[in-house]
Amino acid sequence: MSSTLEPSEARPPTSTPYDVDRIRADFPILSREVYGRPLVFLDSAASAQKPRAVIQAESSVYENDYANVHRGVHFLSEHATARFEGARENVQRFINAAHPHEIVFTRNATEAINLVAASYGRSMLSEGDEVIISELEHHSNIVPWQFLRDERGIVLKIAPISDDGELLMREFENLLTARTKLVAISHMSNVLGTILPAREIVTKAHAVGAKVLFDGCQAVTHLPVDVRALDCDFYVFSGHKLYGPSGIGVLYGKEALLDAMPPYQGGGEMISRVTFEKSTWAPLPHKFEAGTPAIAQAIAFGSAIEYVSALGLDNIAEHERDVLTYATQRLSAIKGLKIFGTAPGKASVLSFTMDGVHPHDIATVVDRAGVAIRAGHHCALPLMDRMGVPATARASFALYNSRSEVDALGEALEQVQGIFGT
Amino acid sequence: MNDDLRDLYQEVILDHGRNPRNFRHPENATCAAHGDNPLCGDQLTVYMTVDENGIVIDAAFEGRGCAISVASASLMTELVRGKSEADVRRLFESFHLLATGDEGEMPEDMSDELERLSVLSGVREFPMRVKCATLAWHTMKAALAGSEKVTTE
Repeated sequence: MSSTLEPSEARPPTSTPYDVDRIRADFPILSREVYGRPLVFLDSAASAQKPRAVIQAESSVYENDYANVHRGVHFLSEHATARFEGARENVQRFINAAHPHEIVFTRNATEAINLVAASYGRSMLSEGDEVIISELEHHSNIVPWQFLRDERGIVLKIAPISDDGELLMREFENLLTARTKLVAISHMSNVLGTILPAREIVTKAHAVGAKVLFDGCQAVTHLPVDVRALDCDFYVFSGHKLYGPSGIGVLYGKEALLDAMPPYQGGGEMISRVTFEKSTWAPLPHKFEAGTPAIAQAIAFGSAIEYVSALGLDNIAEHERDVLTYATQRLSAIKGLKIFGTAPGKASVLSFTMDGVHPHDIATVVDRAGVAIRAGHHCALPLMDRMGVPATARASFALYNSRSEVDALGEALEQVQGIFGT
Repeated sequence: MNDDLRDLYQEVILDHGRNPRNFRHPENATCAAHGDNPLCGDQLTVYMTVDENGIVIDAAFEGRGCAISVASASLMTELVRGKSEADVRRLFESFHLLATGDEGEMPEDMSDELERLSVLSGVREFPMRVKCATLAWHTMKAALAGSEKVTTE
């Protein structure tokens, strides 16, 4: 790609030492106020804010290089296609996939899981075959498998977790049988912060011939992911949690698997030849990308990956660990506050309840102090049942959060206590 | 403290939220419905006992929810007792207007009830919380109409 196609704003941020104030300045929204207070955004696990480089990359597509991709022979179409495919290569490098065509762009991680369930599931699984998920899954990694169970008669098995939020490896191993065809499991819990032992899961699953899909939505934002080192078969994540736009997500799949799978949706872009009698499919990855994709979003997502990579995921992880440790100490000091998810090595989300106060009331009160946290079931109702609570409040920490924001949360939670007299 | 918050979490709300009235399952209830707010996981069941003349002689509820939804359910069960089903429906309509801040005529014969319910009008400033305040009321209406389930979504 020629240098004129690079968004000029995609300068690499400083990497060492980790200067959170400088990094915050890259995110325009972080300087706004809500209710007359500085915004303290602690809900990045739901969706992260965007750096200027991403915002400008998206607008630069529309201002300079917009046309449909893979269709025209004209100048703009070639440029748009080059930037779009460049973004795919960014994703490939980011997770160390062997080939760019192992990266399939989807709308989001949910669609990526549905794609695997519909394409791989329907073509490769039959009645009595087993899919293993875990107790801590997001609904998006539960419901598609229930569809498949109801349609194909597969058996859905649930791997249990400990009270700390760790996967119980012995119980997991006991669930694996010769009929187990797929393990579909989170790489990191969006509620408890647990990082699952991904490599070990793959080794055990492969030992019985099962494939492994990781839901990496949370993990890719907090730790370096290398799909070849993990040797996983599928890995899915979304752009919007990784500081990119919404409307773009990723399915990584091993080439041989993707090749063997039938298309997910039919339409333009995914075909090789169409007659009214028969159609043949385009090669990877286009076989799975029917219709006009999210062009500008994919390109801006590529810029988000450049931004995160320039900072370095190890540096980000170290910074977030410091903030999480500080937050855990600060919140533990609040009387009646209980933290859910205490697995060793957990990352950057802090779920909690307060005695006598419903999580929604907590979130409403702290919101008026300018602090955005999530309250509810976090799209993980079975996990809520497992923990015996209807809902939790959740603060999540991203690369731009600071210790002083944790202090703002702590003070706001003390205000909750003041109101509710707890 | 922020004024909107003070309006939302008035002492009456906090009291009913902590110590809900009529928080029980009456054996002789003539109708009941289950209410569910899938967004936040709040759930409650409203039990209504209506006599042969169409008068509500008892109202009660069970469930779990935030301070707003529990306080609203608690106040509701106190206010509907002794009223005809038709009056209960009128009170429902008036309460709905009060909670959403929409314009509408308030019935004068229920001014006492509406004054007691005015403690819940603070939710107007919190659009995401209006459903919390109205969940029990929708559930009660469904119970009287013979439905068994209601959801706010």
